[in-house]
Amino acid sequence: MAVTDKQFLNPEKWVSLHADYLFNYTIGRLNDRDLAKDLVQDTFFSALKAKENFKGESSERTWLIAILKRKIVDYYRKINSTKGKAEVRMNFYADGEREGEWLEERAPTTGAEKLKKRLRMKNWPKFWKNASEIYLKNTKWFFRMKTIHQIETEDICKELDITTSNLWVIIHRARTQLRKCMEDNWFKN
Amino acid sequence: MKLTCDEASAICDKSQYKEASLWEKIKLKVHLFLCKKCGLYAKQNKIMSTCLKKIEELEYHKTHHLNQEEINCMAQELKTKIEL
Repeated sequence: MAVTDKQFLNPEKWVSLHADYLFNYTIGRLNDRDLAKDLVQDTFFSALKAKENFKGESSERTWLIAILKRKIVDYYRKINSTKGKAEVRMNFYADGEREGEWLEERAPTTGAEKLKKRLRMKNWPKFWKNASEIYLKNTKWFFRMKTIHQIETEDICKELDITTSNLWVIIHRARTQLRKCMEDNWFKN
Repeated sequence: MKLTCDEASAICDKSQYKEASLWEKIKLKVHLFLCKKCGLYAKQNKIMSTCLKKIEELEYHKTHHLNQEEINCMAQELKTKIEL
């Protein structure tokens, strides 16, 4: 019997050994310092309570990550069922003869060359931060994971318990939304 | 074979992540050939991807650390729970 392979928990050392790692992992998904800190702390508390369930088959860290992942999913579920639904603006006709066509006022109008020229002047990171807060709301986490952190579609869906087509709908809405405010912004200023 | 603008731009979004299927890409090409608005969308979308890439580069190398005070606080709270 491989008794030597068995892992043991050492809660006294959790913070010094794993807090930073778990914190980084969470920031990668939620990009909110305070929230990440809370979730990590919460993970330690839950882990402590569930200590008896640890079978020692995986490392302590893997086990903690599994708990943290559930916390993150719970968080997504909570925000998506309650407040702060994304402000989804229609970009296309929803029905009628022109169903699926661009709404006149939401259609792209600016040539790419013109946009490129404006691009260099704009404070893009700041713009992105504001726009993603205002327009993407809760869906910004999904969009971030896919676009900024480049996590595989399959992994996001598994982790957050959504279907691939759901994810692509979110991405599609986010990009058409962002495009519109980018175009507006570039030409207002 | 025929796509609406909504569907075409959705495929265009997917293709920004290189995840559109060959068939989707063919249908998109045909649509882009016929639709000026979506043609513009495709070009702008590409620029948007470049912009987002910059954010990715800005954030990628950043590691986030808890400061000593936060670590201590966390350790203290956990310790209280362990002793309970």
